[in-house]
Amino acid sequence: MSTNKRNFVESLWDFFCSLKLSISLLIGLALTSIIGTVVPQGSIPPEYLQTISESKFKLYQSLSFFDMYHSWWFMLLLYLLTVNLVSCSIKRLPRVWKMVFEPQLVMDEGLEKSLSLTHEFKISGDAVTKLKDFLASAVATPVVTETDGSTHLFAQKTPWCRLGVYVVHLSIIIIFIGALIGSFFGYKAMVNIPEGMAVDTVYAPGDKAIKLDFAVKLEKFSVSYYNTGAPKEFKSILTLIENGQPVKGYEKVPVIVNDPLSYKGITFYQSSYGQSGEGSLYHFNVSRRGGSGGAQLDLKKGEQVTLNGGATLEVLEATQDVRQFMPEFSGPAAKVLLKMPGKAPASFIVFKNHPEIEEQRKGELVLEYAGADEKLYTGLQVAKDPGVWIVWLGCALMTIGIYMAFFLSHNRVWIRISNGRVVMGGTASKNPAAFESKFEALVEKVKALK
Amino acid sequence: MSSSLLFNVTTFLFLISTILFFVFLASRNSSIGLGASLIAFVGWVVETGAIILRWKESYEMGHGHAPLSNLYESVVFFAWTIILIYGLIELKYKYRVIGAFVLPFALLGMAWAQLGLNSGIEPLVPALQSNWLLYHVITCFLGYAAFAVACGISIMYLIKAKAEGDVSSEMQAGSVIGMFPSIRVLDDLNYKAIMIGFPLLTLGIVTGAAWANYAWGTYWSWDPKETWSLIVWFVYAAFLHARITRGWVGKRAAWLSIIGFAATIFCYLGVNLFLSGLHSYGGGGK
Repeated sequence: MSTNKRNFVESLWDFFCSLKLSISLLIGLALTSIIGTVVPQGSIPPEYLQTISESKFKLYQSLSFFDMYHSWWFMLLLYLLTVNLVSCSIKRLPRVWKMVFEPQLVMDEGLEKSLSLTHEFKISGDAVTKLKDFLASAVATPVVTETDGSTHLFAQKTPWCRLGVYVVHLSIIIIFIGALIGSFFGYKAMVNIPEGMAVDTVYAPGDKAIKLDFAVKLEKFSVSYYNTGAPKEFKSILTLIENGQPVKGYEKVPVIVNDPLSYKGITFYQSSYGQSGEGSLYHFNVSRRGGSGGAQLDLKKGEQVTLNGGATLEVLEATQDVRQFMPEFSGPAAKVLLKMPGKAPASFIVFKNHPEIEEQRKGELVLEYAGADEKLYTGLQVAKDPGVWIVWLGCALMTIGIYMAFFLSHNRVWIRISNGRVVMGGTASKNPAAFESKFEALVEKVKALK
Repeated sequence: MSSSLLFNVTTFLFLISTILFFVFLASRNSSIGLGASLIAFVGWVVETGAIILRWKESYEMGHGHAPLSNLYESVVFFAWTIILIYGLIELKYKYRVIGAFVLPFALLGMAWAQLGLNSGIEPLVPALQSNWLLYHVITCFLGYAAFAVACGISIMYLIKAKAEGDVSSEMQAGSVIGMFPSIRVLDDLNYKAIMIGFPLLTLGIVTGAAWANYAWGTYWSWDPKETWSLIVWFVYAAFLHARITRGWVGKRAAWLSIIGFAATIFCYLGVNLFLSGLHSYGGGGK
């Protein structure tokens, strides 16, 4: 029973340590990742049902295809990959660690036979001192070991590059940790702010409100264009307000695409914009029929204003160009609701460019529409991600690790001297062909020492 | 002189070079091979001039930016990087015949760009107005180019391996395949090209993530372009591990390299043509 158990544990360990598992997981991740690039992610059910049948929809939903990168099975693949690379590293690291930090200082017969590059020759005079100085200048300061009758020299270059693979593996785990921290302690949200307004609440997906401990005020939003008509710049001028006071250094800061604003770990990115009803002012002139002059009125949308004589006026909706709704007219227009005392309320449209229509209405009051100061709103992406620096640390480590693993080679040279007879051996962790010519050049130089 | 004239000259030189490489394969005349390489390198120098000139022209139009902003410019740059990586590998390892399997990629790119794509110089949309554009595009395309070279070498590997299985080495020596380096060398060159491409792709993904984080506040959003770049990364990571696994060297590694390049091309072009996402400005240039 206990041997069975041990066998099971051992085979499980071997399974997790195997490179075949790594290759299968990498290919499996590559293949499954394709699904999420073909099936749109995170849309709402009605949108899917427009393109696929209900039975397919149910099947996809049960397999989490609509949010596959967060599904249990994709996470499982990522966890398996993590376990796999940790196991592989645990299994192989000790041997590599020993090679790096406790190198074999003496070339004995066994080692000599295993090396493909060896050379034997004679040298006169104080061979040890000569060869020591030579190795120090050509490779690295050698370690000298004396055994019965023989002197051994050992020199090596960049032994630590053998750890590159493990640095890359570690970096992947660090990136995962950074991503997890970001998903637990950070958020992505959106907020729309009309010009002149300040908000302190932003909305995460699913309309989850998040209250900030400061407010963001949009002073002004503007768009500029190239002469081709293509947009050149979207710019929000923001002021941050804390405890009712503008935050010093954060007043009237321009925020454009590719140039966000950060404060207290929360960053605001220019994302979208549009026409805002809120805060806009609609200008009217109201006069009595036959009378002259009249009163100027500035109305906000949805606000009822009482006129002289008890009538009330309200703007229901307005547009900068009515042509898109009523092709026979042009220019700004506003739909208003007018209540004359003792009469039924009347709703009608007032056109800035067509005052004759208002004449034809033959009402007691004559309205003139002078257009609006419509306000824009800016759409800001709001992000807080305390894990992002850990992700960057992981990325930096990965770059360093790949450089170590791909472009550096651990080169080792041994020399054994006994009775004027010299045996030289060498090996490299990478690019044996290049090392061979290097080694031969070394041998030639040693022979020329004399 | 205008940049578009120079791009046409480049395309023509790549065409001549490709033809000469095929003649070289058939005739096995080494001076024709030398000519093919030299014309490819002259084409590369002319193209370098064309890219610099186009950069200058964009400044003269008043909205100066590096010529890496739309599909036309990226295809042209891709051809440039392919010849650069091929040139480095040829200079270092002296296997000229690889050019016959790499030049067609660069020629195809240039011909498509010159004949089928809108070559107008457009001002940069706000999303692309960042220095990250330069780092991101250069690292990605150098990586793609190394994968293109690796793919060409892998095709040679499979042809050579098949021929070795079919006919005796004596017969081979007299045929086109006799000029190919040995399969051991091809396997090694494939690995070396991917050793150049993989770190560059990694840097391309990292700079892309850094840019996305700087511009949108998320370093990774599983956008189709991002996901496909990760798929390519997975395939080549599998290749690198396959190299040290028994039973996965040789043919399987060559196939992984070819599949990796197919995924690369889908990541570069397929995503823009068939899928929607954040890199839409890379598509069509229409």
